[in-house]
Amino acid sequence: MGHAKRLDATAGMSSNTAQHRAPARKRGRKQIGLAFIAPFGLLFVLVYIVPVVYAGYLSLFQQKLIGGNTFTGLANYTKLFQDAQFWDGVGRVFWFTLVQVPVMLVLAVVLALALDSGRLHGAKFVRVSVFLPYAVPAVVSTLMWGFMLGVKYGLFGSLNNALGTDLNPFAPSTTLLSVGMMVTWAFTGFNMLIFHAVLKAVPRELYEAAALDGASEFQVVRRIKLPALRSSLVIAVIFSIIGTFQIFNEPQILPSMVANSGITTHYTPNLYAYNLAFTGSQQGYAAALALVMAAITIAVAYAVQIRGLRNAFDH
Amino acid sequence: MPSITSTRTETGESGIATRGTSFGHSRSRRRLHTVENPRKSVTLTVMTGLSALYCLLPLVWLVINATKSQADFVSSFGLAPGHGFALWDNIVEVFRFQDGIFSRWLLNTVVYVVVGAAVSTFLAALGGYALAKLHFIGKRLLLFVVLGSIAVPGIALAIPQFLLFAHFGITNTPWAVLVPSFVNPFGLYLMWVFTAEAVPTDLLDAAKVDGAGEFRTFVQIALPMLAPASVTVLLFSFVSIWNNYFLPLIMLKDPNWYPLTIGLNEWNKLGSTAGNGALIQNLVITAALLTIVPLIIAFLSLQRYWQSGVSLGAVKG
Repeated sequence: MGHAKRLDATAGMSSNTAQHRAPARKRGRKQIGLAFIAPFGLLFVLVYIVPVVYAGYLSLFQQKLIGGNTFTGLANYTKLFQDAQFWDGVGRVFWFTLVQVPVMLVLAVVLALALDSGRLHGAKFVRVSVFLPYAVPAVVSTLMWGFMLGVKYGLFGSLNNALGTDLNPFAPSTTLLSVGMMVTWAFTGFNMLIFHAVLKAVPRELYEAAALDGASEFQVVRRIKLPALRSSLVIAVIFSIIGTFQIFNEPQILPSMVANSGITTHYTPNLYAYNLAFTGSQQGYAAALALVMAAITIAVAYAVQIRGLRNAFDH
Repeated sequence: MPSITSTRTETGESGIATRGTSFGHSRSRRRLHTVENPRKSVTLTVMTGLSALYCLLPLVWLVINATKSQADFVSSFGLAPGHGFALWDNIVEVFRFQDGIFSRWLLNTVVYVVVGAAVSTFLAALGGYALAKLHFIGKRLLLFVVLGSIAVPGIALAIPQFLLFAHFGITNTPWAVLVPSFVNPFGLYLMWVFTAEAVPTDLLDAAKVDGAGEFRTFVQIALPMLAPASVTVLLFSFVSIWNNYFLPLIMLKDPNWYPLTIGLNEWNKLGSTAGNGALIQNLVITAALLTIVPLIIAFLSLQRYWQSGVSLGAVKG
């Protein structure tokens, strides 16, 4: 379609006079723009829009023993809001986010400030090695940490043998902490790189002016560097919340590595949705869960954005 | 490069450059930086060194343990080498185990990554170019929806995607993994920003005045200028597709279509459910190492590109 229109436009160009050329080309360009965006746009609709609409449709049905798939209106949603297992998982990712995201981002900011200070030996080595975990698949990361922290073959086993202790990173009470360590390990470097890039873009004149005014390094960090990081920090918080709210890989893989880790089928909302859809074959219910979870995530991310931006205005 | 003269204050913390700061190259900036802060801090180095250790330790552990036989793995200390050096035996065994299915998984992964990354990057370049340089109806709406979709949890989408694909009957085929990987909203965003900055509109107009069609202008004028951004988008797609776990996990049932991540976890489950008999942790660990080696090599050799990509996203974001 787009090609035909481009041909029209070129045909118009060759036959028309100079005065007519510009508008004709402009109109042609309008349509050719659509042709350029169409492949992406169509696939986007297929992969993003249609599934969400389809999930909304499916969430109105329940699989019944008698009668098969029956229309039940909003029954799945009312059931979900009373489902203690779902809220248990939501509460867990909420607390996880509340602790893991600040720890990771503070670490990333501190590392970025350290890199930017120019006071490090081997800054390049630090930058690359902290970023490297980003390239490691969650499966491999979970396997590595699972083996390494495990008491059976791992370092904690050796530690317990040597000291006669009974530490277990994958006991039900500490599993979430260990998962937090894995997630922090994987994503600190990426955030650090973004913050470092923002700091590098700060005009150097500001530092010179600060030096002339006799500002200490601490004051430069507080008055120039941290305010410069504010907006990228808000974005990093939002994306980290989106990431931790959908945590799935680690709790899905860990139970096959360590027994009695306390990970249940509803440990996180996404794990619950997965188990509902693929082992419980309650697809309508799983679709409702996925949609509600997306709504909760977007609402929280939006609230953080509003708050973050308001704070930015206050300062 | 202009010479930089500086006066150092007593704290050594701030140098005053008489000129410069406005040249944008990171190299000159770094040099200026060194003039500003000549003294290296040992305390700071040790502190960040600990973070680097935290990040490298699991990888070191993986390399050490990939050199151990199963007996050594069970009996020796995690960070010490085993009695023998079994890395080559392990690698050979990884490729032999279960009739050599590991090479099939490796091949699948390469196909998913190459096709997925190439198509998604090309579509992102095409779309980003249209957003930056061409006018069309519904542009604002498109931008709003696509940028909004970056915020939608991927896994919330995956289950509906599975249900839809099952409806079409393309689950358990490579298409189920490939098609979602063709769409990369963040790549589109990067391409849009980069095209707006790096491709001069005058040049495009000149090409069109010379009689080049829109598509030819894109391919011959714009695309070569987009090469650095394309490598960045390619690299990030490469990583996200290579590392994808959830999507193939739900879409594929036939082990012959598995990518490495799923296959690896199947082996791991095999080891733990087999009970007392056939533990193959040495193979799982060696296979894990083989899975990440291509990524590590890609990252180390293409540093320039992921750094520029990140800073582009950061400055604009």
